Amino acid sequence: MNDNPVILAFCCHYCAYAAADLAGSMRLQYPANVRVLKLPCTGKVEVNYILAAFERGADGVFIAGCLEGGCHYLEGNLRARRRVERAKKILQEIGLEPERLEMYNLSSAEGPRFAQIATEMTERIAALPPSPLRPDRATVEKNVQEMAAAAQAAVAGDNR
Amino acid sequence: MIVADRKSISEIRDMIKGHDRVLLVGCGTCVTVCLAGGEREVGILGSAVRMSLKLIGRGHVVVDECVIERQCEDAFIDALAIRGVEYDAICSLGCGAGVQALAERFPDKAVYPGLNTQFIGILENQGVWAEKCAACGACRLGEFAAVCPITRCAKRLFNGPCGGSRQGKCEITADRDCAWQLIYDRAKALGILDKFEAVAGLQDWSTSTDGGPRKVVREDQCIASLE
Repeated sequence: MNDNPVILAFCCHYCAYAAADLAGSMRLQYPANVRVLKLPCTGKVEVNYILAAFERGADGVFIAGCLEGGCHYLEGNLRARRRVERAKKILQEIGLEPERLEMYNLSSAEGPRFAQIATEMTERIAALPPSPLRPDRATVEKNVQEMAAAAQAAVAGDNR
Repeated sequence: MIVADRKSISEIRDMIKGHDRVLLVGCGTCVTVCLAGGEREVGILGSAVRMSLKLIGRGHVVVDECVIERQCEDAFIDALAIRGVEYDAICSLGCGAGVQALAERFPDKAVYPGLNTQFIGILENQGVWAEKCAACGACRLGEFAAVCPITRCAKRLFNGPCGGSRQGKCEITADRDCAWQLIYDRAKALGILDKFEAVAGLQDWSTSTDGGPRKVVREDQCIASLE
């Protein structure tokens, strides 16, 4: 069992990220294990991004995009779902539990749903042993923060 | 283009696991377009193989990644020549020609194929590639309304269709078009059905792989032989 997992959440700017913000504004409680990485759309998530998170020691990863049919870029969240399916197969093939990875859909108005997803995912990952790829926790934390910061910088660069 | 797909991660891992430093080499042409061996796929494989090796206790194996513009041409391998010295094995994510071009350039290194080269084909739908050409060396598409019976008819019939053509589909599998239905429909639309009154001639298979490895020689381009 893993009582202090590190979970990386790839969040769409238009829904999950706003929902996480709303959850904060609503003073909702959810486990502090989730690190949020903001993307302009979950369609930006590639399989290698997901694998990079696991390679750097993340215990779990979830991708949170808009409700199906509601993607700002029409089909980014549908592409993300297929990529998550592919990444799960790769995790299974290399011997890592595919349930460490999940795709969720929610709208920007669903602050409580974000808190529920964060709780559900944390409980799921906590029930598994720590990732066998995990270095010490401080290093994982650093790696994950670096990934989030790099994504943030890339998005800021795109918007210049 | 040449269409390929990736070998399983476990197969690739088992090929390279005895080495200490391995370079995954992608190719920027056909296999990039068919999403088998371009930059993104090399990155995915690199991550997956490193994790897989770590999980079997071979985490010390260095697996690096790079992509060259075209593996099947020696001049493009120049960019790799210096870097290649640092590794004791190379795993190519190019087609079979790319793998062998690397092997010829690096005679002292183990070179492994990361892909299964499938066929010459085209993109049919998003994520779906279909075989169109068998590289037989004696193209007869002009006789068959530009639909290749060698590649697309399961029986390679030159005088089709056979009795297994069912409502435009092949008896082999319901999702495969009957090549002869396609030939007939296209010939009818072009108004050239009368061409099919005559029996099609035999194929000269000596130009195909039956004659052993083939070469194409363009003497006007062979400058080196003049020096």
